[in-house]
Parts: sequence; C-alpha cells; structure tokens
Amino acid sequence: MTWPGLSLFSLPLAAANPADSFLERAPLLLRDLLTGALPDPWRWLANSLIAIVATVVVFASLFAVMTLAERKVLGRMQNRPGPNRTGPFGVLQPLADGIKMLTKEDIVPRSADQVLHLLAPITLLAFSILTLAVIPYGRNLVGLDLDASVLYFFAAGAATELSVFMAGWASRNKYALLAAMRALAQLISYELPLLLAVVPVVMLASSLRFTEIVAAQGSWAWGFFPQWFVFTPWGFAGFLLFFTASFAEANRAPFDLPEAESELIAGHLTEYSGFKYALFFMAEYFGMFALSGVAVTLFLGGWNAPLPFLTMVPSYVWFALKLFPLLFFFIWVRATFPRLRMDQLTRFAWKFLVPLALINLGTAAFWSLTTGWSGPLQLVRWAIAVTLVVGPFVVMGRRLSAGVRPRQYRYA
Amino acid sequence: MLPLVVIALLTLATAAVAMALRNLIHSALLLIGSWGGIAAFYLWAGAEFVAFAQVLVYVGAISMVVLFAVLLTRRSRTDIALAPDSVGRAFAAIVTGGAVVGVLAGAILSSPLGAGTVAGNAPAISVRDLGLQLMGSHAAALLVVGGLLTVALLGAVVIASADRAEKEDDRS
Amino acid sequence: MSISPLQLCLLFSSALFCIGLIGALSRSNTILVLLGVELMLNAANLNFIAFWRYGPATSPATGVIFVIFSIAVAAAEAAVGLALVIAIYRHQKNIRLQEADRLKG
Repeated sequence: MTWPGLSLFSLPLAAANPADSFLERAPLLLRDLLTGALPDPWRWLANSLIAIVATVVVFASLFAVMTLAERKVLGRMQNRPGPNRTGPFGVLQPLADGIKMLTKEDIVPRSADQVLHLLAPITLLAFSILTLAVIPYGRNLVGLDLDASVLYFFAAGAATELSVFMAGWASRNKYALLAAMRALAQLISYELPLLLAVVPVVMLASSLRFTEIVAAQGSWAWGFFPQWFVFTPWGFAGFLLFFTASFAEANRAPFDLPEAESELIAGHLTEYSGFKYALFFMAEYFGMFALSGVAVTLFLGGWNAPLPFLTMVPSYVWFALKLFPLLFFFIWVRATFPRLRMDQLTRFAWKFLVPLALINLGTAAFWSLTTGWSGPLQLVRWAIAVTLVVGPFVVMGRRLSAGVRPRQYRYA
Repeated sequence: MLPLVVIALLTLATAAVAMALRNLIHSALLLIGSWGGIAAFYLWAGAEFVAFAQVLVYVGAISMVVLFAVLLTRRSRTDIALAPDSVGRAFAAIVTGGAVVGVLAGAILSSPLGAGTVAGNAPAISVRDLGLQLMGSHAAALLVVGGLLTVALLGAVVIASADRAEKEDDRS
Repeated sequence: MSISPLQLCLLFSSALFCIGLIGALSRSNTILVLLGVELMLNAANLNFIAFWRYGPATSPATGVIFVIFSIAVAAAEAAVGLALVIAIYRHQKNIRLQEADRLKG
C-alpha cells in the first residue's frame, strides 16, 4: 500500500530506543507485541489505529475524571461537598452522567436546519480530536510527527469555530444565533494573541515541529536549571498570554460568553439535548486538554524532567504531572472570576493582549540576538528583557483599567 | 491516482452544489468544504505547509468573514433564501463556462504535459528551507505582502465601520 | 490514451475554475460572486502545486512560495471585498449586483 506523494502516510514508525529505561519503552513495546507479526503495510495501519484508539481512550477517560474533578473542586471552593451520592465520595458520578446523557430524548426543533444541526457536534468533536494528534506526550509518544505540526494544530483548532457557528445557526433560535455571533467575534479576537504568543517559541526553537521544540528545552544550565522557555522573560510573558487566550479559545469562564447561561440560556447549546449535548461537552474538554498540552509542550518543557536525575521517571509521567496543574488552574479560574462583558472581552484582546504579544515578539528577537552575551552582560540582558516585559504590562494595564474601580454595593 | 480522483470529484461536487443552492449559508459552508478539499489535494501532493496554511486561512479566517458578511446583510431574521436568478443569465454562464472548460481540457489532453514524469518523486521541501527562502531571496516580496495585508485590513475596518449612527439604525 | 497525473491535476483545476466562473457569472448575490472569484483563485493555486509536483524540476520551493503569497493576497482580497459588501448593503439595504448601479450615494 504505497500511495505516491502522500508523505503523510509514509512517516517512519517510532522505534523504541534500547538505551531508555523499561518504563519509558513500555508503550511502544506493548504496541510492537500486538502488531509485530503483521506484514509491513498492515502493520503500519494497525500501529496508526492503536495510536488513535489509545489517544481517544486516554482523553475520554480523562474527560470523565475531569468532569467529576471540576464539580468536586468547584464544590469545595463554594463551600459545598459537590456530588457525593453515586458510589463512594461520588466517584461513579461520570458513569451516572453518561447513562443519563445517552438515555435522554434527542430533541431537534421543527424549524431547525436538520443536517447542520446533526453535523455541528460531530465536526466539532472530530476537529478537537484531530488537534490531539500532534502533541508529543512522551519521548516517543506522538501520533503524528509532522514537519509543520504547530501549524497543523492551529489549523485544526481554527476549524472548530465553524462548528460553533453551525450549531448556533442550525438551531433557528435567536439566542443560539446571538451566541454564534459572539463566538465568532471572540474566537477571531483571541486567535491572534494565541498565535502571536507562539511565534517567539517558533523563532527561538527555529522549528515548527513540536518534538524539536521539546528537544530545544531539554537541557539544564549549570546542571540543575531547566532550559524551559517559561524561565526566560519572553517565555514567561508568552506563557501567560497563551494561557489567557486559551481560556477564550476553549470557551471557559471568565470568557465563556458564547454559552453565558445568565444571558443567553445556554448559547449555541440551547437547542441541543441528550447525546449531542454530551458531544459538545466532550469537545469543550478535549479543546481544553489540547490547549493545555500545547502550553506544556511550548513553554513548560514538554515531557522533559525538571532535574537531570529525575529522568529515570518516564517522560509521559512528567507530561501528565505538568498537564494536571494547568487543568486545575482552568477550574480554579472558573470558580474565581466573574464573566466579562462582550465589549470588555474584545477590548481586552485587541487593546491589551495583542499589543503585549507584539512587544513580546520584539523581546524574543532581542533575546535571540544576544545569546552570545555572557558574564555581567548576561545580567544586562536579563534586565533589559524584564523591563521590556514588565514595562508595557504596567503601562497598558493602567490605561485599560483607567476610570474603573471596584463597584460599591450601597444597598446591599 | 485513486486518492486524487476521489479528492477531485468530492471537491468539484461540493463546489458545484454550493454554486447552485439557494440557501446562502449552505452555499457558504459547502464552499468552505471545497476549500478544505483543495487543502486535501495539497496534502496529497506533498505540500504539507501549504495545506495547513490553506486550512488556517480559508477555513479558519476567510470563512468567518464570509459568514459574518452573510449574517450582517440579511434583510430580516429569516431571509436567507435567495430569490431565483434569471434563467437566461444562468444559461449563458453555463455555456461560457462549458466553452472555457472545453478549451482548457482539449488543450491539456492534447499536450504531452507530464508524460515523462514518474509518480512518487515529490520534490521535498522542509519547513525550515521554506522559511529560509521566504526570509532570504523572497524577503522583499514578504515585506510587500505584509504591507498589503496591513493596508487591506485597515481599509476593510474603515469601510465597514463608517457611519456609526447609521449602523445603529440598521440594527433596530 | 492514458492520462498522466499532471493532466489529471490540471483537469481538476480547470473544472474548478469553470465552476467558479459559472458561479460568478450567474449568481446575483454579491457574496456568492465574490466566493466564485475566490474559487477561481484557488484553482490557479492548484495549478502551481500541480506543476511543482510533476512539472520539470526547478528550485524545490518555487511553486510552494508562490501559493503562500497567493493565499495571503486572497485573504486581503476577501477582507476588503466583504467590507465593501457590507458598505453597499448599508447604502441600499440590498446586495443584489444588478441594483448596485448608481454612483450617487
């Protein structure tokens, strides 16, 4: 089965490096044990299928755990126990939710656009799963090791916007349509800082391949200080910008305007019920996982261990250990910040995040031009870079919050 | 060859149906689908970077602008079906298009184009080389395109946001 | 007569070009006309990639770089074109091409 020219389908298979520890090689060894006997084209097909199934199964179970964790953590943050009736401490709650979703009636409004109404959740979930394919989860654990995988990730992510629009339009409901318009405006506004925050990383790692970006962060200065991009001034600013924009891209509070329940019923999900609603829910969480995974990969060193002697722990464990705090952060922010207004949302993107991201691009350029500086010049380099990051942040933050002060509740 | 034929037929079918439909939103979505099909062709041809750029720009950005334009130019909330176009014009357009495709297809089939090429020797270009070329020998063109994009976007904003008061009237 | 892959690609792109042409000529909705033009532009890009893939060997990046620039220009064109559509709509509450025949605002 050779398809001429289709370079995507002739990628070399990742092979286990015998120098790695056993746990590091375990996933690949298990895969080879299952497919090793097959002749070559079929073996490639079977390996790809295993990679797809493994990714989907792992993230689907993470989705189940995450829904429970979100409700539990939100509950504790709001001084209530959270779900605790199904099973011990409520651990069977995701199962109960799943059964409920599957058995609910699937309602399609009579005047809805039947085809688009069905297509929207399916395409949304498909594109969110596509984004998960290129993230390197461990030393050899990457579904698709493309030459332009960063671009692939954002291309697949951009396509999800279309599904949100389709859902809002097909429902034939004015709140759903309003939500769709809001979603478009929001996603377009935040795509820009998201991409601009990634450009410095691509510049410094001089690669669009996720695995090479991880490899570029895989050393230690003075034997203990990890060379992760987040530990440089531009990388720190880039990480914050990327993470902030990813809240908006994942439709999470405080940027969850498209589905603001107090204003728009449930936004583009208003006319969805049963299994289709569950698909939307799943896609939202998959998007959150993908964006957190990319934040880990681009800024937090990917699967690299923080200290040299800790490399005996398998790389995928490190990836998970970095991913979970970010996911917890998503929940924490949801419990803490109130939702923004639409004009505040777009103003925040265009007047604060985009200029900061552009200035950060300059900072990164300065950083990459001065790699040769050493000794006391190194201190000067840090001082200039930190000033370039903090100065604009303070100035623009002042301008953005000018004339705004905490609201006083006089009659409360 | 088979993947190429499948991609080509699917793309052509979506594009043709999109141009024939009366529902503007369906047309736009189908056209976005055919742009995706063109990206699939690029992927088949081995131009990964261009394929992802095509998806990012067409499916991610231009589609949004098109859908916004469709939603902002409706006369009422339910008015999305178009009035039928004149049959005479459609007939003339089909005759013209058929003539053009006939001439092109005749020219292509009668020429010895690509008869000697062997399938499978795709020119390999890594993203790194592409970037070096863009920043090196094509830097001037890159700057011009950057200037063009900036001017075009500023112009688009100015054109679309003129007369704020009038716009408020439209919304009511 | 056997068809070479390059000829197949070119047939694909010329068919796409003609679908865009027919759409642009026959529809009276400005947005659809614009989309037809966009489709024709895409068909041209397709030719660049086809010749890059199968044509006589040149520098390995030529066709790709041309398509990248072309996509960027198409994005600018779409943005300006659709802004013009919105401006026209604001003037005459209608985006039928036949009715946009006055120079007076």
